[in-house]
Amino acid sequence: MMKDELEQIRAKALNQIENAKNLDALNDIRVSVLGKKGELKDILRSMKDVSPEERPNVGKMVNEVRDAIEETLLDAKKNLEAKAMDAKLAAETIDVTLPAKKHRLGKAHPNFKVLEEVEKIFTGMGYEVVAGPEIEKDYYNFEALNIPANHPAKDEQDTFYITKDILLRTQTSPVQVREMEKGKLPIRMIAPGRVFRSDEVDATHSPSFHQIEGMVIDKNVTFADLKGTLETFAKEFLGKDTKVKFRPHHFPFTEPSAEMDVSCFKCGGRGCRFCKGEGWIEILGCGMVHPHVLEMSGIDPNEYSGFAFGIGLERITLLKYEIDDMRLLYENDVRFLDQF
Amino acid sequence: MRTSLNWIKDLVPGLSCTPKEYTDAMTLSGSKVEFFEEFDRDLDKIVVGQVDSIEKHPDADKLVICQVNIGTEKVQIVTGAPNVFEGAKVPVVLSGGRVAGGHDGEKVEGGIKISKGKLRGVPSYGMMCSIEELGSDRNFFPDAPEYGLYILPEDTEIGADVPELLGLRDAAIEYEITSNRVDCYSVLGLAREAAATFGLKFVPPVVPETGNSEDVNDLVKVTVKDSDLCRRYTARAIKNVHIAPSPKWMQNRLRSQGIRPINNLVDITNYVMVEYGQPMHAYDLSTIEGSEIIVDVAKDGEKFTTLDGEERELDSKTIMINDAKKHIGIAGIMGGENSMITGDVDTVLFESACFDGTSIRLSSKKIGLRTDASGIFEKGLDPNNAILAINRACALVEELGCGEVVGGVVDVYGKPMEDRRLPFEPERYNRMLGTDIDKETQLSYLKAIDLGYDEKSNELLIPSWRQDLLSYADIAEEVARFYGYDKIPTTLPSGEATAGKLGYKGSIDKLCRETVEFCGFSQAMTYSFESKKVYDKLLIPEGDKLRDAIEISNPLGEDYSIMRTVSLNGMLTSLATNYNRRNPEAFLYEIGNVYLAKSLPLTELPDERKQLTLGFYGEGDFYNMKGCVEELLSKVGMDDKLTYDPASKKPYLHPGRQANIIYDGEVIGFIGEVHPMVLKNYKIGTKVYIADIDMPHIYEKANFDKKFVGINNFPASTRDLALVVPKDVLAQSIEKIFDKDGGEYMEDYSLFDLYEGNQIKEGFKSMAYSLKFRAKDRNLADNDVNAAIDSIIEGLKSIGVELRK
Repeated sequence: MMKDELEQIRAKALNQIENAKNLDALNDIRVSVLGKKGELKDILRSMKDVSPEERPNVGKMVNEVRDAIEETLLDAKKNLEAKAMDAKLAAETIDVTLPAKKHRLGKAHPNFKVLEEVEKIFTGMGYEVVAGPEIEKDYYNFEALNIPANHPAKDEQDTFYITKDILLRTQTSPVQVREMEKGKLPIRMIAPGRVFRSDEVDATHSPSFHQIEGMVIDKNVTFADLKGTLETFAKEFLGKDTKVKFRPHHFPFTEPSAEMDVSCFKCGGRGCRFCKGEGWIEILGCGMVHPHVLEMSGIDPNEYSGFAFGIGLERITLLKYEIDDMRLLYENDVRFLDQF
Repeated sequence: MRTSLNWIKDLVPGLSCTPKEYTDAMTLSGSKVEFFEEFDRDLDKIVVGQVDSIEKHPDADKLVICQVNIGTEKVQIVTGAPNVFEGAKVPVVLSGGRVAGGHDGEKVEGGIKISKGKLRGVPSYGMMCSIEELGSDRNFFPDAPEYGLYILPEDTEIGADVPELLGLRDAAIEYEITSNRVDCYSVLGLAREAAATFGLKFVPPVVPETGNSEDVNDLVKVTVKDSDLCRRYTARAIKNVHIAPSPKWMQNRLRSQGIRPINNLVDITNYVMVEYGQPMHAYDLSTIEGSEIIVDVAKDGEKFTTLDGEERELDSKTIMINDAKKHIGIAGIMGGENSMITGDVDTVLFESACFDGTSIRLSSKKIGLRTDASGIFEKGLDPNNAILAINRACALVEELGCGEVVGGVVDVYGKPMEDRRLPFEPERYNRMLGTDIDKETQLSYLKAIDLGYDEKSNELLIPSWRQDLLSYADIAEEVARFYGYDKIPTTLPSGEATAGKLGYKGSIDKLCRETVEFCGFSQAMTYSFESKKVYDKLLIPEGDKLRDAIEISNPLGEDYSIMRTVSLNGMLTSLATNYNRRNPEAFLYEIGNVYLAKSLPLTELPDERKQLTLGFYGEGDFYNMKGCVEELLSKVGMDDKLTYDPASKKPYLHPGRQANIIYDGEVIGFIGEVHPMVLKNYKIGTKVYIADIDMPHIYEKANFDKKFVGINNFPASTRDLALVVPKDVLAQSIEKIFDKDGGEYMEDYSLFDLYEGNQIKEGFKSMAYSLKFRAKDRNLADNDVNAAIDSIIEGLKSIGVELRK
């Protein structure tokens, strides 16, 4: 009789738990079945009417029913909690495609991005980056570079003068002389910097632009070393498939001298508008440091030799980024700068 | 420099190559070809035809129907040309052929194809051509009519190839000649290079002896006053001059060089100038007074009329050609009107001289007159070439029958050139080049460009036209050029390894760039020179040291005339560009020099000071700029001794919103809002904030020496202080008191509220600080903190700051 009653309580409770919609409903079931005034308590209270012999049996039955209900309640609770979390998270869904909140980062000027790449390649090959004055003595800019007074090359470079002996350097080559004069050998240097020539401003000219000078002085440096170094540079800078071509040229401070062309990095050498159909683009001038230049700087050409090169920074920047007007580099429009 | 390819081929027998092959090979051996132009590129199927008969077109007044004999057949051609006549020999382009352009002289890329067709119903099987349709013009073919067909001479062979006939089966090669190769400003010089490049023989023209039994030295006496200015002067005379057109071959050759044929005498001097690279001049001997020529400089301020009719002002450095009484020419630049050749000349005096290149260059610049001749002289010529050229000219005079050459030569050669010899050092050349070229091969390259070799002394004999060959390095280049730069191996320098580095300053610059870029500023690049007007725009008063700028003596214009002493103009100009283009904000920085003279005018190099300049408009204010500056200084380890002095007094900044940035007592830069008047001058309609850091201070004071300080785990005690502060008391002064009186436990403080307004009495502001205290070894008791707060409050009273009640 009491057994039936317990079975009834169990069946009813399990049924209620199964249908409970939320945590509150579960709690109500717990109170009404297991609570102080709950149905199982009622059963226990009526134990006094049970015969002492049967009491252990009934007690055991009551415990069984309570354990079963408690276990089911716990499962149901876990289940409902998980559902509630799912619902909450679902409600919190955001549109991940809305615009990002950005921290505004500034950009490096394209000219200096390119410069940094060049510096990285040469410092990796053991070169030190050095600098020299932009307002320079005539001696360093010309005479010490084998360009004596009244040399036609002085005219060709359209120099800005401050006084008869002081000028705006027309090339970064005077830094070569300043480094050699320090007397510390061997030298492996590059010297990037601003140079000036009196060219009117237009799409391909500017009275102020940048060069990157390079020089190596050591024992047994050869023209083959010059070729190897600049070819390595070209492949690092423009890609490993880049081909180079050296053409004889003339600079007063190097002998033999050359200009280096690279296979057009836009078309790979087939010919396009960037290389004017040539397949090649001239990117630098170079040569073996002239023995007379070594002598003037106090280096014995019988013991030491070296090579030097000069790269026009703006030229390779314009080519690399396909910028069609040099003036853009000096305007500093943020819509331009942001692109690099 | 330009040469006809056919002319080169004539001087290098056996040379057979396309213009493209020629161009590539010459460029690789050192005579860089800029471009070439094939004259017959767009000419196809054009032959000589003779007009047999002409009849009227039935339906068109201006057209006629011609039967034209082209040798193999007769073709019917309808034409509108007004100058057609029966018997005329004309260029005929056959159906399927091409011409270079229209008769208006407009060239068409790829040419115009001519096909048979009907003109007003009458079939036409080709076209008779004007000179313009053949791609040339009346400048080069003065015998062509202004409008109509180019009529060929009567003796022209019918059916012949017209481009061939007119010298158009040729290409013009345009070279970039470097300044050391004066000899290559001549067809002969380039032909010598071409022969060596292609491994063929160079065959220069054979110049026969010329002249009658008279002696030109009886006709004229030449005196050279300064043999440094005129190293050699040669002259020869031509009697009974007969001016006429020069023969076809010479006309074609000159045209291929881009020179207009004029008459035999002028053509010969032009021809020799191109062939030998030696300018010549011709005088009418009858205008030379006293039978005397004196080469001397002019006097300052003298005037002289050149043969173009212009009056020129001379100076004491200009070399002049004079007769016994007057100037007759500016040496190497242009002859005088008073001695020029006219149609009725009888005796001509040829001059072929070698003037000092520098002098010609400077005079030409000073006078403002640059001619073909001066352009060549200024490169510095080979004196030995002068005599070869004048003899060649006289030979051509005889060949062309243009007069009777007088015997003898006037030759004033004060200091003849000495033969130069250099030791032949094949191992040394190999050592320099990194090659292993055998001795014989090296010698063969050098002999190919006419260097002699004295086996006994093992010396190279340098020809007079190679004044650029002075040392072993020059010879090594000659060897390398003909060996082929491309065949020289590629190796890397083998010496001891060196450590590559950016250098100290370079590394700091990089760190600064990265930091300000992270703060949102993009890198700008502006000019180093600017206008003096910049100082007015920046409100910099007269007499201010900043106005002591270094001036360029030959600037491109006023806008680029001084070297900047302050970096602001470039920055403001760039911001203005952005503002005018309606960019909503612009944050820019630049690392660049200002140039400060130690004294003016400059006697020594100025102080070039690198500045890091920051500027922006858009979202943000003074304190954003200040934040960026402090991030930057923190990165270089300079945040501990930083203060700001509002008494910076920069005229271009807002007087109440600026400060000098002070580190350890020294001004290292400034920061501020740009003065509204300055903004107006730059046409910027919004607030702009600027900061400028003097980089040499950073290089000096940057500190990357970091030491770990223990992290303290005892809890901090925090107190808030609400203060009533006189308006002119700076936060910096209050914080100084915190630092001074806060005691050993003071760890940190921060401003969390700033208020000015109703509840605060006039002339005061309310500031609330949160102060943090902590001990290293224990929990702080209230008493410890109270003592510190009391002494802070005492300290604050001394600067008029009280607790808010």
